[in-house]
Amino acid sequence: MELGPYILLASLEGAVTAAVLALTAVGLSLVFGVMRVVNIAHGEFFMLGAVIAWYVANALSGHPAIGFFAALLIAPLLVGALAVAADMTILKRLDYDPERTIVATIGLLYILQQLTLMTYGPEARPVEAPFNTRIALPWVEWGESGLSFYYPWGLSTTSYKLAVIAAAAFVLLGVWAMMARTKLGLVMRATQADRDMALAFGIPVERVYAMVFGIGAGLAALAAVLIVPIQQAHYLMGADPLLLSFIVVIIGGLGSLPGTVVAAILIGLSDGIISVFFSPTLAKILATLLVGLVLVFRPQGLFGARAA
Amino acid sequence: MSGARVLTLHLGLLVLLFALHFVLPAYHHGNLARIMVLAAYAVGYNILFGYTGLLSLGHALFFAAGMYGLGLMIQHGGATPAPAFMVGVLAGAVVAGLLALLALRTTGVAFMIVTLMFAQAGYLTILYFGEWTRGDEGFVIQQAQRLLWGIDLSQPTARYFAAWALFSTAFLVSLWLVRRPFGRTLIAIRENEERVRMLGYDTHAHKLGAMVISGTIAAAAGAAYGLLFGYAGASFASVQYSIFPLLWVLLGGAGTVLGPFVGTLFMFYLIDLSSGITSAYMLIAGVTLVLLTLFAPQGLVGELRARAFRWLP
Repeated sequence: MELGPYILLASLEGAVTAAVLALTAVGLSLVFGVMRVVNIAHGEFFMLGAVIAWYVANALSGHPAIGFFAALLIAPLLVGALAVAADMTILKRLDYDPERTIVATIGLLYILQQLTLMTYGPEARPVEAPFNTRIALPWVEWGESGLSFYYPWGLSTTSYKLAVIAAAAFVLLGVWAMMARTKLGLVMRATQADRDMALAFGIPVERVYAMVFGIGAGLAALAAVLIVPIQQAHYLMGADPLLLSFIVVIIGGLGSLPGTVVAAILIGLSDGIISVFFSPTLAKILATLLVGLVLVFRPQGLFGARAA
Repeated sequence: MSGARVLTLHLGLLVLLFALHFVLPAYHHGNLARIMVLAAYAVGYNILFGYTGLLSLGHALFFAAGMYGLGLMIQHGGATPAPAFMVGVLAGAVVAGLLALLALRTTGVAFMIVTLMFAQAGYLTILYFGEWTRGDEGFVIQQAQRLLWGIDLSQPTARYFAAWALFSTAFLVSLWLVRRPFGRTLIAIRENEERVRMLGYDTHAHKLGAMVISGTIAAAAGAAYGLLFGYAGASFASVQYSIFPLLWVLLGGAGTVLGPFVGTLFMFYLIDLSSGITSAYMLIAGVTLVLLTLFAPQGLVGELRARAFRWLP
C-alpha cells in the first residue's frame, strides 16, 4: 500500500478510538467539572459496561442485534445505578474532599476489578456485532488518463465501525443538549458555578452530585458497549481508557466539555497515526509526559481559558 | 521526659525485630525481611505524605530508580553490590529532585496527577528499553553477584539482618528528622502553608528537601529489594507500587513514625493469608482503602495517638 491510503486507514481506526474516547472522557470531565473530584475508578465503570454487555448478549438468544441493543440500554443503566450507590455510600460521606475521594476511588477501582475477576474470570470474551459488512474504500490516483478511482488492497472499514462513530457523535450531541437546553443541565451548571449559592437557591446539590456521578459512569459504560464488538471484554481493560481519558480531560482543559471533545478527537487520531509509524509504547510515553507538563505549565489545558 | 519515653519505645521496636530472628520459625524470616524493606519504603513515603502533606501517586518511580540503578549496574556494568547500591540511591535522589522541581509548581489534585503521570512515563520507559531491562519479565540478579564484603545476601540470615539494618536506618532518620526544626517546619507546612510562608520560611525549599529525602529513602528500599531478593522487574514501577505505600501509611497512621511499619506488617500478613483463599487478593487492598478513608483516616497508630498516647511522634 502507498502512504496515502495507509494514512486514511490509520485515521479511520483513529476515528473509532476517538469516538469511544470522547464518550468516556466526557463522562470523566462532567464529574470533574460539576463535582470537582477526580474519579480514578472511571476506567472500571468502562470495564463493567463491557462485561455486562457480554452477560446480556449471552443471556439473550436469537439475532446478535437483539442482545447488543439490549446491552446498549441495560449496561449504562446498571453501571449508572452502581455509581449512584457508590456516590451515596462513599463519596457523600467524605464530603467530596478531593484528596480523600481519590484514595477512596482507588479502593473502588480494586474492588470492582477484583470482584469482576472473581465472578467473570480472567478470560477475554467477545460480543458479536449487530451488523458487520466490510466496506472497501476507494482511493484517487493521478494516472495517465487523469484522475481515477481504484480500490487499494487492505483499505477497508466495516459498517459497524462507521456506526460507532455516528452513535458517539449522536450521544455527545445529546449530552450537549442536556447541559445547554434542559432544566437538569441548568441545575448542573449552577452547581458547577457555585455550589453554596446553588444550595442557597434550593437546588438539591447532593442529588445533583449523585446524578452527575451516575451519568458520568453511564457514559463510560455506553462507550464500552460500543467498543466491545471490536475489542473484547476483559477485567483489566479499564486501565487504558482511564489513562487516555485523563490525558484528554487535562489537555482539553479540566471540566470543559467542548475542550474535552476536541482533545479526544486530536488524541484519538494522533494515537492511531503515531502507533502506525512508531511504537505504541513510545506514543504513550510522549502522551503521559505531555499531560504532566501541561498540568505543570498550563493547568487550564491547551484549549481552556485561564480560569480565575 | 517525653524524649526518653519516645526513644525507648522506638529503639525497643528495633531491638525486638533484631531478637525476633532468634525466636521466629524460618518461614517468617523471609516474610519479615520483605516487610522491613517495604516498611523502609513506606517510611520514605510517610515523610512526604504524612509529615509534609503532599500526596504523591508516583513513588514507584523512585523505588524503581533505586532497583534499576542497582540492577543495571550489576547486570550490565559488572559492578559489585556496594557501588551499585550507591548508584541506585543516587539515581533515586536525582529523579526525585527533578520531579520535585516540576511537580512542586502544582498543589493538591494536580500534584497527585503530575506525579502519577511521570511515574507512568517512567514505567513505560522501562518497558520501552526492554532490551536492557527485560520489561515485564524482569531479570534475576544471580547469587554470585550478591556478595557484599564477602557476605552472601541470598542467605536467609544475612538477608534478615541486611533488611533490619536498612529499616533501622530509615526509621531512625525519620524519627530524628521529625524532631528537628526542619521536620517541625514540614509539619507546619502540612497544617497551614500560607502561615508558614508568612512567618518567613522558604516553604518551597522545605518541600523540595522533603521530596528528595523521601525519594532517596524509597530508592534505597528499591535497591535493597533488588539486592536481597535478587530480582528487578517492571511491575515494581507500576501504579500498584505507588498505591501500596499510600495504603500502608494510611493503614498504620500517616504522620506517625511507627505507622508505616505497623501498616506494612498488617497489610502484608492480610494479603498473605487471603492469597491462600483467592487469587483476587487486591480486593482486600481495595476494601481496606475505602474503609480507612471512611472510618479511620488517621490509621491505627494515629487513632492510638489521638485516644491515649498523645506523646507519640
